[in-house]
Amino acid sequence: MLETPKANGQDFTGSVRLIHAVGMHARPAVKLTKLAKKFKAHISIRAADAVEWINAKSVAKVMALRAARDSIIEIKASGEDAEAAVAALVDLVETDFPDSG
Amino acid sequence: MRADLARLAYRGRTASIGFAHGPFVRVDAAPSGRHASGTPEDEKRALRAALESGGRQIASLAHAAGGEAAQILEFQVVLLDDEDFLDPVFAAIAAGAPADAAWSSALDEQIADYNSASDEYLQARSSDLADLRDRVLRTLRGGTAEAPKIPGGAVVCAEDLPPSRFLEIDWSNGGGVALLRGSPTSHVALLARSRGIPMVVQLGTVAEPAQAALLDGERATLELDPSAQQIDVFERRRDAHRKSRAAAHAILRRPAASWGGEKIKLLINIQRVDDLDHVDAQYADGVGLMRTEFLLGQGAGLPDEETQYLAYDAVLRWAGNRPVTIRTFDAGGDKPVPGFTEDGEANPFLGVRGLRLCLARPDVFAVQLRALARAATLGNLRVMFPMVTTPDELEAARSAFVDVVRALQARRIPAVLPELGIMVEVPAAALTIERFKASFFSIGSNDLAQYVTACDRTNGTLGKLSDPLQPAVLELIGRTVDYGRRAGISVSLCGEMAGDPRCIPALLSCGLRELSVNPSALAQVKQTIDRLSRGDARD
Repeated sequence: MLETPKANGQDFTGSVRLIHAVGMHARPAVKLTKLAKKFKAHISIRAADAVEWINAKSVAKVMALRAARDSIIEIKASGEDAEAAVAALVDLVETDFPDSG
Repeated sequence: MRADLARLAYRGRTASIGFAHGPFVRVDAAPSGRHASGTPEDEKRALRAALESGGRQIASLAHAAGGEAAQILEFQVVLLDDEDFLDPVFAAIAAGAPADAAWSSALDEQIADYNSASDEYLQARSSDLADLRDRVLRTLRGGTAEAPKIPGGAVVCAEDLPPSRFLEIDWSNGGGVALLRGSPTSHVALLARSRGIPMVVQLGTVAEPAQAALLDGERATLELDPSAQQIDVFERRRDAHRKSRAAAHAILRRPAASWGGEKIKLLINIQRVDDLDHVDAQYADGVGLMRTEFLLGQGAGLPDEETQYLAYDAVLRWAGNRPVTIRTFDAGGDKPVPGFTEDGEANPFLGVRGLRLCLARPDVFAVQLRALARAATLGNLRVMFPMVTTPDELEAARSAFVDVVRALQARRIPAVLPELGIMVEVPAAALTIERFKASFFSIGSNDLAQYVTACDRTNGTLGKLSDPLQPAVLELIGRTVDYGRRAGISVSLCGEMAGDPRCIPALLSCGLRELSVNPSALAQVKQTIDRLSRGDARD
């Protein structure tokens, strides 16, 4: 993890390097959105320095990020379980989308 | 049978190796028929029902197939539940569009977007989307969501074949897939490989109707309505393929090769990262030689640290706990590199090549050492230097490496010094092997034989003189192995001799217990050692 989750106003944010060999493709995107949907929080992600944040619960949007290997993924969440959501998603990316996840 | 045979043979790219001879069946996905449109409310209901029914079908296919196939189909299942994706479709319907048109145009837009991506992996995903599009359209347009039945053992020909269509076909009697477009990296290619179904892709245009077909996944050919002679040639190739595969695989799956009660480690030589995709690579005990010259041939200029690091990282990840030996740039000799190797040497094989060149170009060398020092934190990495003649050269390389590691650590970048070894290929090194403070030795028998016998290995007229089984070559190999045993330093051999069944008995007799060969030679080498070992037992 590059930064621990931290409160920024009402948002919790985190960022993590995408180490998956082929970048953010179908399987990692499916895992990420499925995990995001387990949380009530509104969760957005973006590839570092992109202008637009996208809904982390939409597989179509996550695929459209076209995040390449080694890019930095920023995550932000707001709502009751936002802190746990950011930590869980950072962990998922950091551990390279393990199958048990 | 047709007279014009040439016209009926097509060549594509192999996506899955194997052979199929059976009825030729064209499958063209585009669902026909028209959907009778109603009010926006009717249309939304119709689409919801079709999405639900499609979701159920895909989920049940995924459930039946399990494993990798289930993971592949999950993308479609999750997409059907993606509000951000579906909202615009329902919005279009609310604005008056018929359900089928709204659905198709949303999917077509995504498909076009994926197809325009520069990376082949992402392009290949577009067939998953086409699959989903057509499945829902079939339901919307006429209820027959079930696709027509395909006879067993057929050669199925389509523009492209989505994973769910592949899974609906009964492959228990064999058969094969011939795709006019398609890609070897698509999900369906992955499924075909894991099920042993031959697949040839990118065949171009196949307009002729035909009754029967031969699909050769090895030569990547499709032959329609073949003559008796074509069938005969095909069956002979199929038979040879089956026999060699069965024999080699039975042996490869066995745990370790052993000879005279000692375990023989079999490692692989790779030229580039993709070589790890070879089906037999997984059975190797590690990577005995990763050449790095491929990095010098990419794009403009010399490779940067990150490009190198990613390549080393990919191999270490693949290997897990198994050892990976990476050789630093071995340019020069017969491998000139513009901007790096010396021009106009009268005799480049005896010139500034291998480690000599890297020591002469510390700027280029340092970049490689940095990438290696960082990669060394990721796995079981060993680094070796080529064309070492004297111990001074090894020490100069070690000291450059130590400097690089210190500098990285000072910048808080994770880096360590890996185990360092040398290629034993210059006779001077083989003759004074005990003077080298190396952690391991790797005998480069190609160059060693060429330098010991003073024979250019590419000069066919030298014949027997250049034979690596010459006593002088075996003497130097034996010395190196003996010294390694006494000093407790591992010795392997990574030249062509290691993969040559004729040479293996001599190498084992010299005391070698580690051989590194091309992935495609792995099965045969293991088989040879197995035979020798059983021969011993009978004596």
